[in-house]
Amino acid sequence: MTTAASLYAAPNVTPRFWPVVLRNLLVWKKLAVPSVVGNIAEPLITLVAFGYGLGALVGQIDGRPYVQFLASGSVTASATLAVTFEALYSAYSRMAVQKTWDSILNAPIALDDIVFAEMLWAAIKGLFSCTAIMVVIALLGISRAPTMLIALPVLGLVGVTFASIALIFNAVAQGYDFFTYYFTLVITPMTFLSGVYFPIAQMPDWLQTVAAFLPLTAAVELVRPLVLGEFPTDVTRHVAVLIAYAAAGYYLALVLTRRRFFG
Amino acid sequence: MPEPLLRIEGLSKRYGASVAVDVLSFSIQPGECLGVIGPNGAGKTTTIRMCLGLTGPDAGTIEAFGLPIPAKVREAKRRIGVVTQFDSLDPDFTCTENLRVYGRYFGLPAATIEARIPALLEFAALQAKATARPGELSGGMRRRLSLARALVNDPDLLLLDEPTTGLDPQARHLMWERLGNLLQQGKAILLTTHFMDEAERLCDRLIVLDHGRKIAEGTPRGLIAEHLESDVVEVYGEGAAEVARAHAHAAERVETSGETVFFYLRDASALLEALGPRHDLRTLHRPANLEDLFLKLTGRQIREDA
Repeated sequence: MTTAASLYAAPNVTPRFWPVVLRNLLVWKKLAVPSVVGNIAEPLITLVAFGYGLGALVGQIDGRPYVQFLASGSVTASATLAVTFEALYSAYSRMAVQKTWDSILNAPIALDDIVFAEMLWAAIKGLFSCTAIMVVIALLGISRAPTMLIALPVLGLVGVTFASIALIFNAVAQGYDFFTYYFTLVITPMTFLSGVYFPIAQMPDWLQTVAAFLPLTAAVELVRPLVLGEFPTDVTRHVAVLIAYAAAGYYLALVLTRRRFFG
Repeated sequence: MPEPLLRIEGLSKRYGASVAVDVLSFSIQPGECLGVIGPNGAGKTTTIRMCLGLTGPDAGTIEAFGLPIPAKVREAKRRIGVVTQFDSLDPDFTCTENLRVYGRYFGLPAATIEARIPALLEFAALQAKATARPGELSGGMRRRLSLARALVNDPDLLLLDEPTTGLDPQARHLMWERLGNLLQQGKAILLTTHFMDEAERLCDRLIVLDHGRKIAEGTPRGLIAEHLESDVVEVYGEGAAEVARAHAHAAERVETSGETVFFYLRDASALLEALGPRHDLRTLHRPANLEDLFLKLTGRQIREDA
């Protein structure tokens, strides 16, 4: 089990991962009310303050009111943030602080199952957050396009991608402080580069090239049109980018987590 | 002799330059309680982790229920219950939820789990605390909940790593009573402990580990008879060192630790008579016990990692 070959083995996930997802869901249910209130209040405040306040100054972007541009970008950014928080801070608590993973490993559930369950659970939690924001968007009348429903499975894939990447950092963390680097050096810059708050076309060419390879750019390009009642273009390319990051991230996270536990 | 539940042969594990487990072999029969005693760092926890497939051995074989570990560990774990040295209960869940969620990890049907929960709470003497969270429980209650959780799959073999460390005497006695019940039900137990009275009370057989090696094996009484004189006279006080020199001939073996002298002997009457007039010294005459054995075999010095 500690041989190099087994550290790098292909993921071996069994249906036993599901009780681990249920465990996290049960904890979430206990804290659901404050969680949902936060999920609704935060975007409500952002959309009203920046969408309408800043939007009045910005005017239109791509022929739309700024608040629509912002709202459709915020859905994706919030999903990313919610997923990343869950796969860093919460997963780390369970793994290193509460020793929840250790107790699960004493049952007939393998580490591969746990990592998969954590990845999936973070993505599910991201969907809760997205759904709340879409409700706010609909209530405010920013968009009521039925295509928003198609955005949800896309956001599920976005969640899987960002959970997988975050679990890499979870696997090597020695404490919560480490995650600050990930947020400041990865997530925050990526949010500004990926067309969440302003169009990518505003940036210099070389930055646009960088942005084209970021998973959040692909996510925004897919989700924004769907939230606003249109269909995205270049779907294959964007989905491929997300899947590539998800697959590579998940595998690396798994290898590093195996090394942490068994290496 | 029936097939052993757990059979370990020639097991070795190194971490870098240090040897954690060194060519260790033992087995556990159904219904047996095997105690593993040894100083901190002797390899007790590493051995348990290898039995659970959490650490891979460098050499040797492990079989649980005839299944090779780690190859078939998932299958074997269905029949194993584990209590680790440190509590890993879910702090967000009530006692009932802790048991329910843990039962699901074994793939047990919901009806089976729900049927077992009341009996498990009763076993842990936690019926009144069914809706309390671990943070609201005493240390003894938490350990009993950990034990109840380890029983949710109705295991045949329990691996208990220092299950009573940190408990007060009342809580410890209740734990011993419960472990005794489990043995009566025919469960096999592998128990690591630092409490020699616990080992003596619960274990049919003991192995003593030091630096990863098995240095003795036998029944608690048998080990004492084999390695020790029958009686011990402890003498405390300022003049104890001088007493040790003066009466060394009266005992088979004399050990000094700080201001206490231990005389190991078969007949204490002569020594006790000689010490009678020494009112400045306190003496205690007692039968030799496992603690004496442990100290004789592993030495009195504190371990670096202790």
